[in-house]
Amino acid sequence: MTTFDLNGKTVSVQSPDDAALLWVIRDELGLTGTKFGCGIGFCGACTVHVEGRATRSCITPVAAVAGGKITTIEGLDPAGNHPLQTAWLELQVPQCGYCQPGQIMQAATLLKDFPNPTDQDINAVMAGSVCRCMTYIRIRKAIKLAAARMRGDTSHD
Amino acid sequence: MIRRVSIAILVTACFMLAGLLLLAWRPSIAPIEPPSPSSFSAELVAKGEALSAAGHCASCHTQPGGQLFAGGYRLNTPFGAIFGTNITPDPKTGIGVWSLEAFTRAMREGVARDGSHLLPAFPYYAFTKLSDDDVKGLYAYLMTRPAVNSTVPANTLPFPLNIRAFQEGWKILFFRSTRYQADPSKSAEWNRGAYLAEGLADCTGCHTPRNPLGAEEVERAYTGAVIEGWIAPALTEANPSPVPWTQEELFTYLRTGVTSLHGATGATMTPVIRGALALPVVPDSDIRAIALYFSGMDRASARANDVDATTREAVASSYVSSDQAENDPNADRYASACMSCHYNAGPIPLASRPELALNSSLMLAEPTNFIQVVLNGVTNTATIDNTQGAPGLVMPEYGSSLTDGEIAGLAAYLRRTRTKYPPWSDLEKKVAAIRRESAASR
Repeated sequence: MTTFDLNGKTVSVQSPDDAALLWVIRDELGLTGTKFGCGIGFCGACTVHVEGRATRSCITPVAAVAGGKITTIEGLDPAGNHPLQTAWLELQVPQCGYCQPGQIMQAATLLKDFPNPTDQDINAVMAGSVCRCMTYIRIRKAIKLAAARMRGDTSHD
Repeated sequence: MIRRVSIAILVTACFMLAGLLLLAWRPSIAPIEPPSPSSFSAELVAKGEALSAAGHCASCHTQPGGQLFAGGYRLNTPFGAIFGTNITPDPKTGIGVWSLEAFTRAMREGVARDGSHLLPAFPYYAFTKLSDDDVKGLYAYLMTRPAVNSTVPANTLPFPLNIRAFQEGWKILFFRSTRYQADPSKSAEWNRGAYLAEGLADCTGCHTPRNPLGAEEVERAYTGAVIEGWIAPALTEANPSPVPWTQEELFTYLRTGVTSLHGATGATMTPVIRGALALPVVPDSDIRAIALYFSGMDRASARANDVDATTREAVASSYVSSDQAENDPNADRYASACMSCHYNAGPIPLASRPELALNSSLMLAEPTNFIQVVLNGVTNTATIDNTQGAPGLVMPEYGSSLTDGEIAGLAAYLRRTRTKYPPWSDLEKKVAAIRRESAASR
């Protein structure tokens, strides 16, 4: 049994220690916002936060996060109003949408580390988050819009 | 003639064996009634607590998830598994009936209360340097902990290593009972650091290579060694980190387990820091003293190259453009799997983004530590042995997603592009070997 904090609530799960955190979240805990993509940590669709940092949940064993704080797309903001989420809506970023929860979770860590990200910062940190609909240009715009708002800079829009 | 010589050899051998057994004999020290906790002053107990943390006693005498000092921690040595003993004051399974005299003898001569020899996995060869007052403090602290009735598993040492009397031979060869001698040419802080490092924390225990009999090779002190499948890096000038370990860097590392310019703790160093040196009971001044001692050994001030330039260059190498990735499958793999967490923009890398071009795992002569981390990831559990890395940081296990060849390719690529050291050899075989060992230890 592994116990950890999921979106602010303590949960105890029965999955074996080596079960991927992704499947524990989706199948045992029933939160399906986090997606399965490649299953080998190379596409970013499964990205969640462990202690506030983007982590690929498909190759992270659940035992590795025992006692830790996990945040999924459902818990990023209680009302779904994280500046990234509102920017995403405003700019209509998603097309099919499948990779977008992972993109947003990765972008949240990006903005924590680089509040005013350059194009290179965005390229580097988002490189592991793949989108088959090629929404990359809108992702970049939305990240910059959210970053500006989070810095309290209103001149951007 | 031949027969006569062999008889003579046999007789001599018997005499030597008898002599060794005679020399090995130690008296048992009479058991006592477990002393009442109130018989120790609060100051002495507090002193002992701080010493026990600096000496990280719990790292071997507490098992993951187990009760403090109740033993059972499995130490894998080249000779077999040795289990940390129960040092709570339980009269039957711990040290409850040990007098101060018996405790002192164990610490300074490696002999248990009943007269049997202790194994040098218990670093009495280092603890022998401790002062009377400090041994008393440790005794007071341990005897006032809750008694836990817990019998630890038997060691798995093969014959004849399991005969404790033979330890006398090891002691004759390698052990001298002696207190710490201050070096008057050095500062009080340096001497305090040396005393703690050499006497209490036994840093050489992991960082000095051992000879085939398991004794530390004095002339190669602190030049790095393999411990439990990982490399404990050199603490001398041979340390390959691009940025020198100054007193300030060492202080931050030993206090918190992570620095931006050197990275984070892993493997068996984790309980030493997180479960011991990082505890508030260890005063900053003691950590600073240890840091001073090793910054001198590392000749940090003499090696202080342009840290800013080194750091800038390292940080710049963390970015791989899509053009670079297109032309090199290993660069591409780095960009997809590693860069989102390991990229830095400078001027100083973030501790939560371990900078690979400054990290010893890529600089060491062997790829062991790099392979361990990539295969097995970094965990963030609350148990004493597992909270590796920067606080809260988790790295997934790429062992499940990358083949031996792919990990070998990544290792070769990073070694070539992030360090000035020659390529590692036989990478794929080494990945396979560590993968097998990891699977076996689960």
